[in-house]
Amino acid sequence: MDILLSDSDVRSLWLTARLAGTVTIILLLVGTPIAWWLARTRARWKGAIGAVVALPLVLPPSVLGFYLLLAMGPSGPVGKVTQVLGLGLLPFTFWGLVVASAFYSLPFMVQPLQTAFEAIGERPLEVAATLRASPLDAFFTVAVPLALPGFLTASILTFTHTVGEFGVVLMIGGNLPGVTRVASVQIYDHVQALEYAEAHRLAAVMLIFSFLVLLALYAWRPNLKKAS
Amino acid sequence: MRVFRLLFLVCWPWFATFANAEKVTIAAAADLKFAMDEIVSAFKSTNPGADVGVVYGSSGNFYTQLKQGAPYDLFFSADIAYPRDLVNSGLAASEVKPYAFGRIVLWSASLDASRMTLESLTDPKITRIAIANPKHAPYGQRAEEALRSAGLWEKIEPKLVYGENIAQTAQFVQTGNAQVGIIALSLAVSPELASKGGYWLVPENLHQPLEQGYVITKRAENNALARRFADYIAGKDARAIMIKYGFVLPGEIAGS
Repeated sequence: MDILLSDSDVRSLWLTARLAGTVTIILLLVGTPIAWWLARTRARWKGAIGAVVALPLVLPPSVLGFYLLLAMGPSGPVGKVTQVLGLGLLPFTFWGLVVASAFYSLPFMVQPLQTAFEAIGERPLEVAATLRASPLDAFFTVAVPLALPGFLTASILTFTHTVGEFGVVLMIGGNLPGVTRVASVQIYDHVQALEYAEAHRLAAVMLIFSFLVLLALYAWRPNLKKAS
Repeated sequence: MRVFRLLFLVCWPWFATFANAEKVTIAAAADLKFAMDEIVSAFKSTNPGADVGVVYGSSGNFYTQLKQGAPYDLFFSADIAYPRDLVNSGLAASEVKPYAFGRIVLWSASLDASRMTLESLTDPKITRIAIANPKHAPYGQRAEEALRSAGLWEKIEPKLVYGENIAQTAQFVQTGNAQVGIIALSLAVSPELASKGGYWLVPENLHQPLEQGYVITKRAENNALARRFADYIAGKDARAIMIKYGFVLPGEIAGS
């Protein structure tokens, strides 16, 4: 790798992987209950919550970046809370990017999970209940195994979508090497500095990675249907 | 054939506007935003009917786009090297003329930057300082040079955050996410920022001159309006607006 990519390129790739991994784990924890609730509730505001979750699909990243920059700044509501908690300010930090990316990738976790949970239907859970499984027990022993393909799809989409993030990071990242300078920003910097050869190398890595992940995802899905 | 005749008739108004109307599209460095808007409206008041459009962005981006055939008639670059390169590649239809030597300033939205110097940036209370990315933004390169000449780079580098361009750098400071920034004088004197706080002019002997220049592009070779606008830029009225916004040539004083 080092022969092809510079140290700072490798660093940006590693940072990208770390960011995407962290966001995926956090969204598994946060997105699962949301998806579960959306799949099973009959509440009137289900539509509204579903719409809020889907917003990042259609919002320009600049809208999200702009709001987050103001909200996480010293006079923003989030910024005031993080300062009181002694965490300092989130813009220009790794955790700032994690928070931003978690918002940005939320629908990519929640929607596949919601579909998977909805596909299970009431029946298996009712059966579990007659066997005296508590709801939590039924969730982990019945729903999660049945929705496992959904968990995989959701995790892969969340991870790759975070890898593909650019606009939000550019607006709140501050371009710090090893902290917020992810691969997409690094490529942008190479292009800006007219370093096309370097941009080509890193861009090719991203292209091949994204293609292979999606290929694996699409090639694997039909098999799963046959198996089930 | 009837279909074609009909099509031609329907499309005639568009052909007509292309043929008759004078139109010029300007690609201008982002720091020119306020000055260029004012110059364009002044130009339009003396040239009624002239269709002048301005696109603001990064000079490096425009340079790359122009090399790929982007439809800009005039190019105002924050770094004169870009238009010079266009001339050398045969993509220009005029000489490169300087319109300003960019100056950098310390600026803050929360502190009184007019009482600061570069030394003040070492104050431990200042934890975040914004500069434009020195890798490709000319103002960022000058900021780094100034910090290095002052012997402060090693001390200050850990506090730096990098804006994608000089406007974003100012915005990091304006939102308070960075306490201080090194930004363009032209932005510090702009109405949006001037009300927020004072600035301290970084001595120009601390960095390389930041010569900014403009050129008429190849595609506007026969565009009379583009030439008129280029002449207007060098004239007294446009110079007065440029100076007001901090775009000074040697011998001119900003803000007067």
